[in-house]
Amino acid sequence: MDLDLTEEQEMLRTMARDFLTKECPKTLVRELEEDEKGYSPELWRKMAELGWMGLVLPEEHGGMDMGFMDLIILLQEMGRNIVPGPFFCSVVLGSLPILSAGTEEQKKRFLPEIASGEMILTMALYEPNARYDASGVETKAVAQDNNFVINGTKLFVENAHIADYMICVTRTQEGASPEEGISLFLVDSKSPGIKCQVIPTMADDKLCEVVLENVSVPKENMLGELDKGWRIVTRALEHAIMAKCAEMVGGSEAVLDMTLDYVKERVQYGKPIGSFQVIQHYCANMWTNVATSRNLLYKVAWDLGEGLPVAKEIAMAKGWINQAYKFVTERAIQCHGAIGLTRDHDVGLYYRRAKAAELAFGDTDFQKELVAQQMGL
Amino acid sequence: MDFRYTPEQEALRKEFADFFSEEMKHVPPELDASMEAIFDLDICWEFHKQLGKKLAAKGWIAMAWPKEYGGRDAPLIEQFIFNEVRGRYKAPGVDPIGVGMLAPTLLVTASEEQKREHLPHMARAERDWCQLWSEPNAGSDLASLTTRAVRVGDEYIVNGQKIWTSGAHRTDWGFMLARTNPEEKRSRGLSFFLVDMKTPGITIKPLYSMAKAHMFNEVFLDDVRVPVGNRVGEENEGWVASQMTSNFERSMINLFSHAKRELEELVEFCKETKWGGQPLAKNPLVRHKLAQLAIETEAGLAYSYSVVWNQIKGGLITAAPLAAGAKFLATELIQRLNYTACEIMGLYGQVADSRWAPRRGKYQNYYQQCMGLNMGGGTSEIMRNLVASMALGLPRSW
Ligand SMILES: Cc1cc2nc3c(=O)[nH]c(=O)nc-3n(C[C@H](O)[C@H](O)[C@H](O)COP(=O)(O)OP(=O)(O)OC[C@H]3O[C@@H](n4cnc5c(N)ncnc54)[C@H](O)[C@@H]3O)c2cc1C
Repeated sequence: MDLDLTEEQEMLRTMARDFLTKECPKTLVRELEEDEKGYSPELWRKMAELGWMGLVLPEEHGGMDMGFMDLIILLQEMGRNIVPGPFFCSVVLGSLPILSAGTEEQKKRFLPEIASGEMILTMALYEPNARYDASGVETKAVAQDNNFVINGTKLFVENAHIADYMICVTRTQEGASPEEGISLFLVDSKSPGIKCQVIPTMADDKLCEVVLENVSVPKENMLGELDKGWRIVTRALEHAIMAKCAEMVGGSEAVLDMTLDYVKERVQYGKPIGSFQVIQHYCANMWTNVATSRNLLYKVAWDLGEGLPVAKEIAMAKGWINQAYKFVTERAIQCHGAIGLTRDHDVGLYYRRAKAAELAFGDTDFQKELVAQQMGL
Repeated sequence: MDFRYTPEQEALRKEFADFFSEEMKHVPPELDASMEAIFDLDICWEFHKQLGKKLAAKGWIAMAWPKEYGGRDAPLIEQFIFNEVRGRYKAPGVDPIGVGMLAPTLLVTASEEQKREHLPHMARAERDWCQLWSEPNAGSDLASLTTRAVRVGDEYIVNGQKIWTSGAHRTDWGFMLARTNPEEKRSRGLSFFLVDMKTPGITIKPLYSMAKAHMFNEVFLDDVRVPVGNRVGEENEGWVASQMTSNFERSMINLFSHAKRELEELVEFCKETKWGGQPLAKNPLVRHKLAQLAIETEAGLAYSYSVVWNQIKGGLITAAPLAAGAKFLATELIQRLNYTACEIMGLYGQVADSRWAPRRGKYQNYYQQCMGLNMGGGTSEIMRNLVASMALGLPRSW
């Protein structure tokens, strides 16, 4: 057993932390919340130059051939800095499914461009029914000559407004179970018939409504096999959930740090508020939440990277980290007093994102249901 | 023991309810969608002012005050019934800071002249007030504040900075604590002043909340001249009056009945809204969450009746430890209620006002705003300290 990061991972972490501290200050984060695009092309280019978009892609596709744990370490740092933009959707939701399920041709066509940052991808999964499971997929794709024609509405699609392509999850057949009859397509966002609108959200994180009306997609853009797409989605979600957990852990670490700094500095009644026992207990509880989250993240992400069966553990990790991140940010505001409730204070940036992160890929109630099922209940 | 209202009180309650149910038909929907809207949006502030005028015409704003100050000498219980019903309808119209906090303090501590000058204006909903207490370095530890008031002839010249002043940009007057004796570091050197917000030297700067609303302000005071006649109580003895004001802020009956109404609306939403082919209200998880909130609300309401009863029986000061308990019970209940509402909305719980948002994005607004209740008017931690020391007789920990 060795629970330490490798030397390369330590280096990656330090490099990422230094880079993001310098290149992604909170002023930029705030600016981009209000910005229509929601990302900085300049920061995007610099991140691409560091090779981050292709971190886990094979060298032959323009990547750096590093492992899933390395991506976890990087995402933890991105969560710490709450880096705005399409990194998550392009790399995690876009490139990983293509890498695992794409044809050679699709890999050649998409991966190098994703790795270089020239192409932005996203995944269009959820719909107005707001269900997290396969039964939520109602958008229809119907074969017509050499194409499929897609009709439906996708909701909460990350950064669809700036994505070049989206992996669109569609129903091609009513199967015996909701998981059957689902097919995936790589859809050009500029195809005729697509309307996209950013939904205003608490975290200003550019979730979109995408309406597809008779959108024609060439057959060769199908990702994986006809009607068997849910397997790819499941696998993609497993990685996406752990990647989201990494961001959440990074965010909660940052919030704990800033709270500890604050309660040491802020003086009331002639002493730092951190000397009041109730504040100490809040901090101790925040710290145990962060520490448990981090260790659970590493353990489950490592298992996943090793190809071990982890369906239950992933649901457990997300269930735990959802609550932990919300708890940490909520108590952090309580420790800060009124200043923590202002637009100008950083803690609120995290508090809002903690709620958004919970909702991504399954809120706590949904994860608990999955855990119960995995327990044979 | 008898938990019933008398037939007269029942009738009064019905009269209030009928009035509010009619008036609140015209409420701008923005008011309900954000806790901060009343100070943030013109249309909401206007509604508050207009409703205030109507309440004043009915003589309901200051029922329990003596007649000579614009009240009608009604028993305190009638005032509480009014508060409860108003909370239930989530109606503005009563200045929470002037009528809610300052007026009772003035009734006890102000000079005859001050009472005649200010109370009738409040009863007629003509003047709204803000509270100029907190400073950047004096929050929970209010007694450490440093805004300085120096007496020169018939005036005090005030210099310093206040912060978190809710509604300073809307209101007409403010009540302020300032240091008149710099030798005394803590509460002993403070005086209590009434300040016309249009006095030269007052600069108001907005502070935006997490939900992007303008409710808070910073208020800068540069050589602001306050007539000696606007000092309430003796010089250097403002602390006693200020402590009274804090206690008046905390009976919370309206907050509990507000919570009850919010819960009913949430229940209604869950009955109406289908998810996965059936109403949300059929989902066992949702049912348990709603039931839990109902239990907590009922317990809180029952407690708040006991606070009210003790206030009527023993006075607002003796009931202070109980009121401190009501404060954190009520605000933390409202926080849980909003968190739960967001949980029930699932993915939609994060959507802000738009065509995708349930109830105009209210719950995500409240999600960002509800913790303010845990701080404003004394934090939950300070309230628990007060319960521990005042109600339970434990040694002070601070
Ligand atoms: C919505 C809202 C409206 C407000 N409106 C006004 C207004 O109109 N006018 C005005 O003057 N002020 C107003 N305030 C300010 C309010 O009174 C202060 O926020 C409050 O007194 C706490 O002060 P602080 O924010 O500086 O936090 P701090 O006092 O710095 O507290 C930070 C943390 O330390 C804890 N703490 C401090 N001392 C102790 C202790 N002894 N034991 C245990 N824990 C402790 C607190 O509970 C809190 O968790 C408002 C605040 C809010 C949030």
